[in-house]
Amino acid sequence: MDLSLSTRTVGDRTVVEVGGEIDVYTAPKLREQLVELVNDGNFHLVVDMEGVDFLDSTGLGVLVGGLKRVRAHEGSLRLVCNQERILKIFRITGLTKVFPIHTSVEEAVAATD
Amino acid sequence: MATVELRFSALPEHVRTARLVAAAVARRAGVDEAVLDELRLAVGEACSRAVGLHQISGVTAPVKVALIEEEKQFSIEVGDEAPHAVPGGDTSAGQDGDAEVEEDEMGLAVISGLVDDVEVTTGQNGGLIRMTWPTTPPATALV
Repeated sequence: MDLSLSTRTVGDRTVVEVGGEIDVYTAPKLREQLVELVNDGNFHLVVDMEGVDFLDSTGLGVLVGGLKRVRAHEGSLRLVCNQERILKIFRITGLTKVFPIHTSVEEAVAATD
Repeated sequence: MATVELRFSALPEHVRTARLVAAAVARRAGVDEAVLDELRLAVGEACSRAVGLHQISGVTAPVKVALIEEEKQFSIEVGDEAPHAVPGGDTSAGQDGDAEVEEDEMGLAVISGLVDDVEVTTGQNGGLIRMTWPTTPPATALV
């Protein structure tokens, strides 16, 4: 399965809905999308991972890169994920401390801290 | 000892194929269903790392994956032919590859977090990651 990406604006947040597999092959597409959003002035991103079937360290690297970019503009990058197998990857790499992870897009969009 | 071997050109698009084949063979070998997701991720990490190492070093040889079914255990070996920096050896190759090195380390961190039994060996002629999982023999094998 390939990667699917779609973006929409909710208030001052940009929600990126990701579906499919984020791996060494598809991660560059996600990187391009995040870079483009930041270059266009979208600094508050919510990445909805509910449709993601697979995530590897290349994908984590892209998300960390996205976080660095938005932080350079005092922005934020929040994740939406309820899938245990995906959450586990964030836990074993210690990235649960780096990313705010929410259970719904609504919650992520409403979060301000 | 039954073995399935896979060789693929060091291209990112083939890593998914390696994951699918590894998971299929592991399932057949009797690796617990609950562990298959982790196995798929670990083998993907090992293959992504090998692909990256081949590409950075300009190695044209394929990446090798061996899926080895043994009594009560199943092992996956992912071998690369990239010249690794050997401790105390020539390290000039890695000077502007900081980002790659970080990704490489992240991949290894994920593997060691997922797999209890993992061995990483590296030499000047390449490296090998060997990961092993226990298996439960299928019911028919007990007859």
